Amino acid sequence: MTEILAFEFMRNALIGAVLVGFAAPLVGIFLVQRRMSLIGDGMGHVALAGVAVGVLTGTQPVFTALVAAVLAAIAIELLRMRGGTSGDVALAVMFYGGIAGGVVLISQSTASAANLTGYLFGAILTTTRADLVAFAVLSVVVVGTATVLRQRLFAVAIDEEYARATGLRVTALNLTLAVLTAVTVVVSMRIVGLLLISALMILPNATAQRLGRSFASTIRWAAAIGVGAAISGVVVSFYAETPSGGTIVLILIAVFIVTAVASAVVTRVRSRTRRHPGRHDHEHGPGCGHEPVRHGDHVDYLHDGHRHAAHQGHYDEHGDHATHIDHGRHDTDDKHGELSRSS
Amino acid sequence: MTPSTLVLRDAAFGYADRRVVAGVSLTVEPGDVVALLGPNGSGKSTIVRGVLGLAEHLGGEVEVLGTPLAQLSDRTSIGYVPQHHSLSTSVSATVREVVACGRLPHRPWWRRAGAEDRRLVDEAIETVGLTDRAREEVSHLSGGQQRRVLIARALAAQPSVLLMDEPTAGVDTANQHILADVLGRLAATGTTMLIVTHELDAVRDIVSRVVCVSAGHIDFDGTSAEYALHTSAHAIGSDHHHIDEDVVRVPSTPPGSGPLDSATTRSTA
Repeated sequence: MTEILAFEFMRNALIGAVLVGFAAPLVGIFLVQRRMSLIGDGMGHVALAGVAVGVLTGTQPVFTALVAAVLAAIAIELLRMRGGTSGDVALAVMFYGGIAGGVVLISQSTASAANLTGYLFGAILTTTRADLVAFAVLSVVVVGTATVLRQRLFAVAIDEEYARATGLRVTALNLTLAVLTAVTVVVSMRIVGLLLISALMILPNATAQRLGRSFASTIRWAAAIGVGAAISGVVVSFYAETPSGGTIVLILIAVFIVTAVASAVVTRVRSRTRRHPGRHDHEHGPGCGHEPVRHGDHVDYLHDGHRHAAHQGHYDEHGDHATHIDHGRHDTDDKHGELSRSS
Repeated sequence: MTPSTLVLRDAAFGYADRRVVAGVSLTVEPGDVVALLGPNGSGKSTIVRGVLGLAEHLGGEVEVLGTPLAQLSDRTSIGYVPQHHSLSTSVSATVREVVACGRLPHRPWWRRAGAEDRRLVDEAIETVGLTDRAREEVSHLSGGQQRRVLIARALAAQPSVLLMDEPTAGVDTANQHILADVLGRLAATGTTMLIVTHELDAVRDIVSRVVCVSAGHIDFDGTSAEYALHTSAHAIGSDHHHIDEDVVRVPSTPPGSGPLDSATTRSTA
């Protein structure tokens, strides 16, 4: 591992991977929440046209790609707000126009085919110090904005109509998210390539969704998975001599599959071992007639001598059954002896 | 004198210049609990969406706490409780995280939630009886519980009036009772509410007034007792909701009448 750090290009690559692995999922979670997972791909297509303009005119391609992606982001958001199928077709025209224009323009320049492949599939090992500074600045902007506006972006993504009715500036927030996505696309361009960008924004969130029990914890998991996969992808690609972008994405997919299988197994095992009162028509709550008992971070209700704790749409049995008094009105008396103690 | 919570004078609402409801006059005073009753497609939801700024205000006057709708900059005075299917479930979110959204319009975008915000969120969750489920994922709750989450989110914003869109629709009976209890508690503490519904039964004991919407305009506005008299008076005749439609639609000949029918039927043809 330490020999990797001896090479400057590997140090740069690792720093770039950490920046992108952290920033991309923070923006991606709002795209997942709004069911717009593939929008980053479309922006990537348009960014290629920007890259081509940069290559042809001798401008820094990162800069021209950023301009193209941001313009595309704003156009996409305006089309989405207008709604309707004509908007959908307009998006297709824009995306394919971007990638086709990019390929044709680059063919007119002196740049090699390898150069084009580098933009399409990532060329993390060619990351220069100047690139790193640009990526670092953009990543700080993305992470900072996404963090400060997190609750507002969350409110709009979970229920746009409510956000609008309460006077939140929904259009401004949507445009902000679109621009953040565009910036993330451009930052990720050198690491995983324009064709794999959505993977880095979406897959960590798909995995985190199975691990987090709240929006806040899902974001933390996603960022951790993104950084972990980016670093391990760079390291693996060094030893296995594979392209870094594809390697990072394959690792993300492997993590997703392992997590999905593991969480399915855990759910099954839990539902077999943890018994709970089956049918429970009564809902416990303040003033429901059952004595509330504080139990750590939650409240149990004393129901005929059993402590019922709300858990995912049913009640678990908590605590000690020694105070068991009355079986009379209970639906599931026969199960009580076998109940596992989940507290 | 405190201004009326909500005043509509000859108001019209719709979408893109297409009028859905017109000639709506309605006043909601502080402490009123009004049921906005009508069959599906009658335009009752459009009235509420118009007041919320989600449907277009196409004519007449609308005032919220004495301020004309167009000049209303602080929308937090109107608490909106949408139908539960409006929540995205693509990403986990806890009850507390959703309810906390209600506080957002009260602070600038760069400020984090303060102690007062957290206290009001806890209080709103307690009011709807979900304190023990505050850390659970919203998508794991039943339809009725999700509806209470949305009520808590609106309450957290400390609104002057709650506008509820079909709060009891699609909720099983056990949960409907709990929901009615929550609404009853709010009514008892003087919360002003406008409840859009197509079934009065679930909220009959709570509402102080009933307003009926039919075919794009209001055709009854009175107390619950007056509404009971009104419906019994109309029970023998045609359903009052469809009076206008009946006038328009009754054909000059009974459906299916033809040349072989009796002479009296033919003479009206």
